[in-house]
Amino acid sequence: MADQLLQVRNLSVTFQTARGPVHAVQNVSWQIDRGEVLAILGESGSGKSVSASAVMDLIDCPPGEITSGEIFYEGRDLLTMSRAKRRAINGKKIAMIFQDPLAHLNPVYTVGWQIEETMVIHGTSAAEAKAETINLLRKVGIPNPEDSAQKYPHQFSGGQRQRLMIAMALALKPDVLIADEPTTALDVTVQAQILQLLEELQKETGMALLIITHDLGVVAEIAHRVVVMNHGEIVEQGSAREIYANPQHPYTKRLISCAPGQGEIHDKVSETEPLLKVREAKKLYGAFEALSGTSFDLHEGETLAIVGESGSGKSTTARILLRLEESSGGTALYKGKDLFAITPKEMFAIRRDIQMVFQDPTQSLNPRMTVYELISEAWAIHPEILPKAQWKARVATLLEQVGLQSEHVHRYPHQFSGGQRQRIAIARALALEPRIIVCDEAVSALDVQVQGQVIALLDRLKAEYGLSYIFIAHDLPVVRDFADRVIVMQGGRIVEQGPVRQIFDFPRETYTRNLLAASLDPDPEVQARRRAERRAKEAV
Amino acid sequence: MSNTRTPATSVKAETPEPGKARKMLQLLLADKTATIAAIFLIVIIVCAILGPLLLDQLATRQNLRGRNAPPFDLTRSFFWVLGGDQLGRPLLARIIVAAGNTMAVATGAVIASMTIGSALGLVAGYSRGKLGDIVPRIADVIMSFPSLLLAVIVLYMLEPSVSNIVIVLAITRIPVYLRTTRAEVLEVRERMFVQAAIVMGASHLRIIFRHILPVILPTLLTIAALDFAFVMLAESSLSFLGIGIQPPEITWGLMVSQGRPYLTSAWWLSFWPGLVIILTTLSLNLLSNWMRVALDPTQRWRLEIGGKKNG
Repeated sequence: MADQLLQVRNLSVTFQTARGPVHAVQNVSWQIDRGEVLAILGESGSGKSVSASAVMDLIDCPPGEITSGEIFYEGRDLLTMSRAKRRAINGKKIAMIFQDPLAHLNPVYTVGWQIEETMVIHGTSAAEAKAETINLLRKVGIPNPEDSAQKYPHQFSGGQRQRLMIAMALALKPDVLIADEPTTALDVTVQAQILQLLEELQKETGMALLIITHDLGVVAEIAHRVVVMNHGEIVEQGSAREIYANPQHPYTKRLISCAPGQGEIHDKVSETEPLLKVREAKKLYGAFEALSGTSFDLHEGETLAIVGESGSGKSTTARILLRLEESSGGTALYKGKDLFAITPKEMFAIRRDIQMVFQDPTQSLNPRMTVYELISEAWAIHPEILPKAQWKARVATLLEQVGLQSEHVHRYPHQFSGGQRQRIAIARALALEPRIIVCDEAVSALDVQVQGQVIALLDRLKAEYGLSYIFIAHDLPVVRDFADRVIVMQGGRIVEQGPVRQIFDFPRETYTRNLLAASLDPDPEVQARRRAERRAKEAV
Repeated sequence: MSNTRTPATSVKAETPEPGKARKMLQLLLADKTATIAAIFLIVIIVCAILGPLLLDQLATRQNLRGRNAPPFDLTRSFFWVLGGDQLGRPLLARIIVAAGNTMAVATGAVIASMTIGSALGLVAGYSRGKLGDIVPRIADVIMSFPSLLLAVIVLYMLEPSVSNIVIVLAITRIPVYLRTTRAEVLEVRERMFVQAAIVMGASHLRIIFRHILPVILPTLLTIAALDFAFVMLAESSLSFLGIGIQPPEITWGLMVSQGRPYLTSAWWLSFWPGLVIILTTLSLNLLSNWMRVALDPTQRWRLEIGGKKNG
């Protein structure tokens, strides 16, 4: 065991909080060797990042405290080492990249300067550092490395910024690269590229790669071995294929069975008169066309998914439909009225019918209002729905319908978990008894298991209330399980639309095919097959 | 951890809601310094209301034998404990009586400037039309004018009475609230829960008063507490110039400036009223600090767990 490159042994970390100590990780042990890709898989709050933070000396003490354990790097215990010695190892031997690259790049320096700086600090001459920087930028796939080195972070896209972070981390040729959710904030096609880049670099340099993720797909794509964590403890570890094919622990089993994209495809196609008819909807920001003439129908009782990457115009569509922004052209007929043209007064009456559930319930619920106030506000605005005497009872019923306890009416949003908050947001939308609910990335911020539960809830409510959904998402597997029809958007245009089965099984357009190919399957076998196909294609 | 850690949900079983006032009192008692500040302010308010009625005689009658009497002289009556002023009037009695005018000027000016300033700021921040451009210019105009000069001109033309001083001070302090409110509204307006309210069909008034104002109110109250001190001192400098409160009316600021010539020989003339000004502002700041926490549901647990400070 001693010859392992990096080894964490019986690590326990406790955080002192106002409500007493929280055991972030308990007795966690894992090791990683050269040339190996290890994934730590866990949901939010599982403690998956804590052991890596301990390795990098990123745990704030206090409130954090390492209560037991050792971390060996090449046989030396990092935890008993002096701060100065650790700094020499951190960054140079063990490097880390993070989820949000923009937050980790200094906006006032050129990226070339920032990469050079890392090298100069650790003793490379300036001229050498400059040449090496260009080299690195080329290696991580930044176009025109010479010019790009002179640019500032904001001039790059999200995927490119993550590439820059990787270049910076690789500058000192580390033995271990720790990547904390490196692709979570990125689009699927970009995610695939970054993972591919990481894999290539790892093969080329022979470093150890530790990926911290919540996504089974990422594990399947890149990891050799996986450590599954839950509530600060390791529940299972083993090879990625084995864990997926034959999970032992009930938690892992549940996690794998919850992975979206395995359910029945909906085959129902509604033939009724469309509830909402959108024709040639346009939105301009100055000269920039965010949405250039999209047309689609929404039928009664249907779930229409709009998928696309960031900048595709999918959220803009929702925002102009709800008049959060004014459209620049086109029509949207609902009950014979054009949503884009009617007066605010007419819109007020229609607001009841079309509701929205936002991506992040932490932000979409007013933090200063109790659950009761949040939900009953709907009736304060539209008093004709319910007399005040019945508010209390109705709030309780709604809460129970979305799977919350009715005693929690006087709590504030921060006292709930993310999934529960999204349930509150759904209850609030339901309070108005709408016919259409627009879900803008409504499950994207949630953990896989919770995601599944919320989707199931939406599905049930659809039947109970006869709702129609416009479901905006970037996550294709979720769409596959939930939607009836799919619209694929790119750059403000509809690329393709049709029933789910047609889009997923027989995509016509290249873009749709690329999108599907880039999305990650939780099964390592499937991913291995896809990788092989991709290689074959590249070889040709 | 990739997600932010929210403080653990309250473990207490949902007890039936106690009265709002009682709950606030419990939260106040949980913060010792805020409690002391509140008690001090209540004493000041009581002095401000009752002082002029009961002690006016004592505070204005001159007694040349007690001229600049030193403090802590136990041979005289209780009201002489802080000493006497240059005309032999007991300082303690004068401070108590002066509380009335001082509070009237400061409270009036702060409340007026806060109300007007934040109302204009709300309009400026919320309106996406021309108003949003025009209203901030009002602040620019007021700020480009030296406030003391404005006060001198206005009070020279008008009678220097309490109400006129309040008006002048209020006008000069409007920009502070206007700008802060506008900046905050511009940010809060774009938050997701405001968008959610729009989707529900909430009216502009509801959005402003139900969703935006509660979020920015703690900031405004904090500024108001700080401004209280500023206004008290501004009033004293006006009085010093002779266009503020006119003797025999008294305020703390006026007492400070009247004692200034005697600083080397009788320090207590300026010291005691100055101390009261400091303590009053300090109490207001402590209380507004407590209020910021108590009004925020996500912060309230800091008070509920009592004493133990974290973070």
